[in-house]
Amino acid sequence: MHSFILRRCAQLVPTLLGISLLTFSMIHLVPGDPAQIMLGERADAASVAALRTEMGLDQPLYVQFYRFFVDLLHGDLGRSFRTHEKVTTAIAQRFPATFELTFFSMVLAILGGSGAGLIAAARRGKSADYASMIAATAGISLPIFWLGLMLILLLAVYLPIFPISGRQSPHIYFPPHTHFYLLDTLLDGNLGAFANVLWHLVLPTLTLATVPMAVIARMTRASLLEVLGEDYIRTAWSKGLGEKTILLRHAFKNAFIPALTVIALQFGYLLGGAIITENIFSWPGLGHWLFLAVQARDFRAVQGGVLLLATLFVLINLLADILYAWLDPRISYHK
Amino acid sequence: MRRKYILWLAVIGLLASGCTTEQENVLVFGRGGDSVGLDPALESDGESFKVCDNLYETLVTYAEESTAIKPQLARSWTVSQDQLIWTFHLRTDVRFHDGTPFNAAAMLFSLGRQFLKDHPFYKKGIYLYWESMEMDAVVAAIAAPDDSTLVIHLRQPNAPFLANLAMNFCAAVSPTAVRKHGDEYPENPVGTGPFRFAEWRRDERIVLLRNEAYWGAAAKLDRLIFKPIYDASVRFLELRTGAIQGLDNLSPELIAEIEADPELRLQTQPGMNVGYLAMNMDRPPFDNRLVRLALNHAIDKDALIKSFYQGRALPAKNPIPPTLWGYNNAIEAYAYDPQRARDLLRQAGYADGFDTELWAMPVPRPYMPQPQKIAEVIQADLKKVGIRAKIVSWEWATYLAKVQNGEHPMALLGWIGDNGDPDNFLYVLLDKNAAVKPAQNIAFYRSDELHQILVEARRNTVQNERVALYHKAQEIVHRDVPWVPLVHTTQTAAFRRHVQDFKLHPTGSKWFHKVYFSP
Repeated sequence: MHSFILRRCAQLVPTLLGISLLTFSMIHLVPGDPAQIMLGERADAASVAALRTEMGLDQPLYVQFYRFFVDLLHGDLGRSFRTHEKVTTAIAQRFPATFELTFFSMVLAILGGSGAGLIAAARRGKSADYASMIAATAGISLPIFWLGLMLILLLAVYLPIFPISGRQSPHIYFPPHTHFYLLDTLLDGNLGAFANVLWHLVLPTLTLATVPMAVIARMTRASLLEVLGEDYIRTAWSKGLGEKTILLRHAFKNAFIPALTVIALQFGYLLGGAIITENIFSWPGLGHWLFLAVQARDFRAVQGGVLLLATLFVLINLLADILYAWLDPRISYHK
Repeated sequence: MRRKYILWLAVIGLLASGCTTEQENVLVFGRGGDSVGLDPALESDGESFKVCDNLYETLVTYAEESTAIKPQLARSWTVSQDQLIWTFHLRTDVRFHDGTPFNAAAMLFSLGRQFLKDHPFYKKGIYLYWESMEMDAVVAAIAAPDDSTLVIHLRQPNAPFLANLAMNFCAAVSPTAVRKHGDEYPENPVGTGPFRFAEWRRDERIVLLRNEAYWGAAAKLDRLIFKPIYDASVRFLELRTGAIQGLDNLSPELIAEIEADPELRLQTQPGMNVGYLAMNMDRPPFDNRLVRLALNHAIDKDALIKSFYQGRALPAKNPIPPTLWGYNNAIEAYAYDPQRARDLLRQAGYADGFDTELWAMPVPRPYMPQPQKIAEVIQADLKKVGIRAKIVSWEWATYLAKVQNGEHPMALLGWIGDNGDPDNFLYVLLDKNAAVKPAQNIAFYRSDELHQILVEARRNTVQNERVALYHKAQEIVHRDVPWVPLVHTTQTAAFRRHVQDFKLHPTGSKWFHKVYFSP
């Protein structure tokens, strides 16, 4: 097992090298000179040239990539063209926002999705099945921005229960040591601020959880139905085991493996793809930041962000592989 | 069990809401995006300047609601006979927020870092505004003979130079703070303004506190918070529910709702901008004045404004907006008259019209919210008089590069004024010197007559003589019709009803030091 994990981690190196090369060439192939975009209407020749020199864009591409790579090995991702921040600092400040949101969304999606899938499979063809599957189909097809705005209108404007946007109220103060605000407020011993941060998480979490919840629900139902038709389940029934035991202890554990793959993929997508949700709720996370970076052809920021997301994606999938073996003893990574 | 959960939820809700109640004397201002940085010499975006406006001050500044120049950190100034030596007498009662005294050396530091090669903080290519306002061609040297005197030597007489000094990039920054923070200074700004910097959480909020040691009348707000709220409708909902007290850059469709809400107040002002259609005079048939004139009669600006600006724009007849001094209101706009346009085309030898291209920006700009749709309407207007225009668009940076290179027959573009001086529109966009590729003068209009007047208006520091020169310049442009000037858009802001004394400024500056809450 250990050697498997080590091997997978070692595979990260060529993967990331490939990804950085790919991102680098893709963003340089897309038309649009960042210096020109930054200066807009007032982009006269001298200013553009001076800015390009300052950004290092006047160097040949291979020199630019070499420099980027050498800096990367020193843990330095350079400074963003757009905001002049150090890319590492920018990511360290924004990733926690995205992570908090994604984490809670995934917890909600897993609990809600597998729960609904379980009920649907157990009550196949009954009204509970139809209800949860209609809800799941709706969940996949609803446009996120529409759902987000509706939740805001309903639960923040007409019924002013939750705040409309942001991670916290503008009047609240606590030192952002880690930028994981739930943790920061606890470290500060500020329970009011903790509650405030938690309260701000509710609507964006609901919005972001919808699609993965629906996907997980459908996946769980499908794979559970397949498992329920297998011989060992029939054996379990004939042994006279109760429905609850069969469903939860025997069937669900096996059926959960395909769902796990989906969960890992969804988690990865959400970390980078919460752009729309972050935009509606003005959530100061990585997705929105990356979106602006791409628009501004902010090469360094895009490269840093994509590298981080790729690493996370690989790690999450590694975690899923490890969980497979833990859930299903038939799966083994020993040679 | 369930009751216990509900109880917990209620407790969290109560705690959370206890922290969200509006606090007295704190104004939260919502805007579409975050600042880039808070070093006034480095930045080039409006969201950064909006905050800098309240942190920093300049030698001279603008009057409250016009671009007339008045003293600020300089009490007064004198100009030598040959117009080359400007002597500023500085205030002696001013300190930076970090306690550093403001004096001529500090001002020399702030300006010098942008152009003196031996200055420890000089770096080529990063001081964008110094470069784009061509300050190197204007300023020869700066000296600080004593604490309260700053002497600026010019290379040539240059009247708009004074207006440049009122812009953010010429603000006084604390030398102590710049030395201390280095590259991180834009996140740790220290100025002399009525508010001082307290906190910046990127993409989340910037918090300013009242500067208790301010030399002038102290700000009335305790705290001023800038909050980025990306989505325009969400921003509006935040204002309506009172979570924020003000916002700017309203999308036009929300204006009616704000006007209908008694709790809200809409503020508008003609902005310092112009959206125009440039005809490339290097390419036939636009080298023919009659053709250009025909286009000026063919486009229905009022209809454009009604459809795409919800009425929040003025039809343009001059290249400069009416908020600028020197605006020539005596000029009579070319009326929308398709028949006259057809006649002119016939006279020009294009009785059957012609085929051409109409280039349009791919992105919304402040002076043109929906360039593609506006292009479609102009296309239809032109078709009525026989001109068959194909709409062409490119990615934004490519678009700029190509029009500056003169690859277009006709192109939509615009300009947002910087310093409130007519020179900043007329010379930059229409002088023959600006028609050198890559050109800002994308009509490639080259008039020696206009050039002489614009150069003279640059040299002359007598205000009423400059006004007369710019009146004349607008007449020449009106006669030669290099553009179809389209619109000047209105800038908008909205506040909760009890927010008092906020004034929109033509330059787009947002000053909050006089703002207070009425009971």
